[in-house]
Amino acid sequence: MYRILAKEELTPDINLFQVKAPEIARKAQAGQFVIVRADEKGERIPLTIADWDNEKGSVTVVFMKVGTTTKKLACLNAGDNILDFVGPLGRPTEIEKLGTVVCVAGGFAIATIVPIARAMKQAGNRVISIMGFRSKDLVFWEEKLASVSDELMVTTDDGSYKRKGVVTEPLKELLQNTKVDRVIAIGPTVMMKFCSLTTKPFGVKTIVSLNPIMVDGTGMCGCCRVSVGNETRFACVDGPDFDGHQVDWDLLMSRQRAYLDEERESMKLWESKTPGDKSCA
Amino acid sequence: MPKKVNLNRVPIPKQEAAERARNFNEVALGYSEQQAIEEANRCLQCPKPSCKEGCPVNVDIPEFIKAVREGDMPEAVRILKNKNSLPGICGRVCPQETQCEQRCVLAKKGAPVAIGRLERYVADWERAHPEAAGKGTGNCTANGKKVAVIGSGPAGLTCAADLARLGHVVIIFEALHVAGGVLMYGIPEFRLPKQIVQGEVNYVKSLGVEIKLDHVIGKIATVDELLGNGYDAVFLAPGAGAPMFLNIPGENLSDIYSANEFLTRTNLMKAYLFPEYDTPIRVGRRVAVFGGGNVAMDASRCALRLGAEEVYIVYRRSKVEMPARLEERENAEEEGVIFNLLTNPRRFIGNEQGRVKAVELYQMELGEPDESGRRRPIPKPGTDFEMEIDTAISALGTRPNPIIPSTTEGLELTRWGTIKTDEATGRTSRERIWCGGDMATGAATVISAMGAGKRAAADIDAYFRG
Repeated sequence: MYRILAKEELTPDINLFQVKAPEIARKAQAGQFVIVRADEKGERIPLTIADWDNEKGSVTVVFMKVGTTTKKLACLNAGDNILDFVGPLGRPTEIEKLGTVVCVAGGFAIATIVPIARAMKQAGNRVISIMGFRSKDLVFWEEKLASVSDELMVTTDDGSYKRKGVVTEPLKELLQNTKVDRVIAIGPTVMMKFCSLTTKPFGVKTIVSLNPIMVDGTGMCGCCRVSVGNETRFACVDGPDFDGHQVDWDLLMSRQRAYLDEERESMKLWESKTPGDKSCA
Repeated sequence: MPKKVNLNRVPIPKQEAAERARNFNEVALGYSEQQAIEEANRCLQCPKPSCKEGCPVNVDIPEFIKAVREGDMPEAVRILKNKNSLPGICGRVCPQETQCEQRCVLAKKGAPVAIGRLERYVADWERAHPEAAGKGTGNCTANGKKVAVIGSGPAGLTCAADLARLGHVVIIFEALHVAGGVLMYGIPEFRLPKQIVQGEVNYVKSLGVEIKLDHVIGKIATVDELLGNGYDAVFLAPGAGAPMFLNIPGENLSDIYSANEFLTRTNLMKAYLFPEYDTPIRVGRRVAVFGGGNVAMDASRCALRLGAEEVYIVYRRSKVEMPARLEERENAEEEGVIFNLLTNPRRFIGNEQGRVKAVELYQMELGEPDESGRRRPIPKPGTDFEMEIDTAISALGTRPNPIIPSTTEGLELTRWGTIKTDEATGRTSRERIWCGGDMATGAATVISAMGAGKRAAADIDAYFRG
């Protein structure tokens, strides 16, 4: 059992948990993830590690309410326990001094890009960050990302806050006007795909953090297999970071949709069990 | 005086094939006391029993059978558990026909004593009579050494139990959320009920062994960190590792599973109870399982129970070469699994949603024997055909998981990526690190992993004593 030390609602759909897991906190590095199981009948799902505090012995995860497990988790509060919390899994993001690094994040992945931007900055890079949201009311952690970046740009799809548009537009302008040595893009799969397509003509190496469906998360089942450079790789042990120019995006997206019907059925059942509880459902 | 030889093995009651193919309850129902005593009476009590030599953990077979014959079940339990900490599991999943039972003198007449069924009977008797059975005899004394066991499958549990009985402090680190390893995620409920596995796990705990779940060694702590933080020795038993795929076009289409994933979803995550349990599994009308081992049999039989109408085993050699146990193959056949032998896949074909809809197959014929001694399958030209399927499962074996080798310096590996291990002692190329089970040998049986755990425990203890 892993105790939730603090809970924060970053937006109505995005929650942050600080979880007591001192052994994981001691070993966590930027880009790694944990596997979480909410309760005895729950699924095992991966959540990227957003932060960790060795002194407190805590690990921070940020998640969006999209499925049964994340909705179950959202019902929990500080003081409650998560049944299983396994990690730190996956390979850490490669951190090195490269020159100028552009960190692009969309939606709840803002939380996962922060430790990467921080580590890149600490390694001596000039860090330019771009964060994208659908609209103003979904914006979070702007100051936090700004504090670990030399420059920060914000976009909203509907133009309700800062620049109107999607993250690939300022990314393209940057590539045209600045010498960029590395791009790291984390967010919804379609966003990572288009970031990779944007950087490809410029020949700038682009690292993406893939989020296929996982079961064990330790290389045992192969559910998370992705095709990178025409080779089958397991995101849980070979990744989750891969070269975005080599990823078979269409395959990844179709595998992510493999259980859509079952996910709907599961969620309907969960919602019928928690009638009227707006905080959960 | 030689007593009269009785060649009538007492059959084990089973669920009817048609009925059991649609439920996850145990297939074999076990002996009654009367049946057990009747079968035990067939044992000749040889003065030089060769059955014992066939047992990887050296169970005192004639002795426990004698106790059964006399109706002294507590004594039978004591004798069994003296050598084997997991009899309820071994009685169900050991390949006795190639081990103890093969060596039984009655085997020559085609009717060896049903040692496995008797072992199972004794273990089940103990579970039903917890008050009569003795307590665990672990004595974690202060002068014992501290050992980390990585993995709580058959090798890890056995090694831990033996070390605890020898007075050492043992902590097992398990990556998954329950203990038992392949006994929980791999072998299906209908062959090995999970309650029985947990009963055996609890027995190991009763010896004083602590089990830390959710601990992936190599990630949360490396083997060297354990050795530097108070552990005197480490026994590596992390299990089978990474599944192999067919390496043909289309293998990453949706609804194509590795057997590991298919079985993990079904057994560990209880997908057969979806949506009551959250983890889903997709089994269509027609299912093709690739491979000919026990895992292929388990996967095909699970697919039937999950509602498939037609389940095919696609295997490139013939029945004779199949590595699966005869009993498992027969069970699968009885339940209606269809065997497509001497057949090999060329590629998978997907629909517009990226789901598998067909597999292109071709036929093989057998040529000269290869290095495994089995006749090599050779493609027959012009035999291509297409089979419509909704689900495919690759049961082709596994490769060693890279997490421990890649985080432990100086650990010598074999050319297959397994950890180089001395078979007799479990020693690796590094001082204070032992290894056993599939990580040392590649995919093998539960009992051979237990044997390795036992030998390593003895050697670790001897090492401590200098």
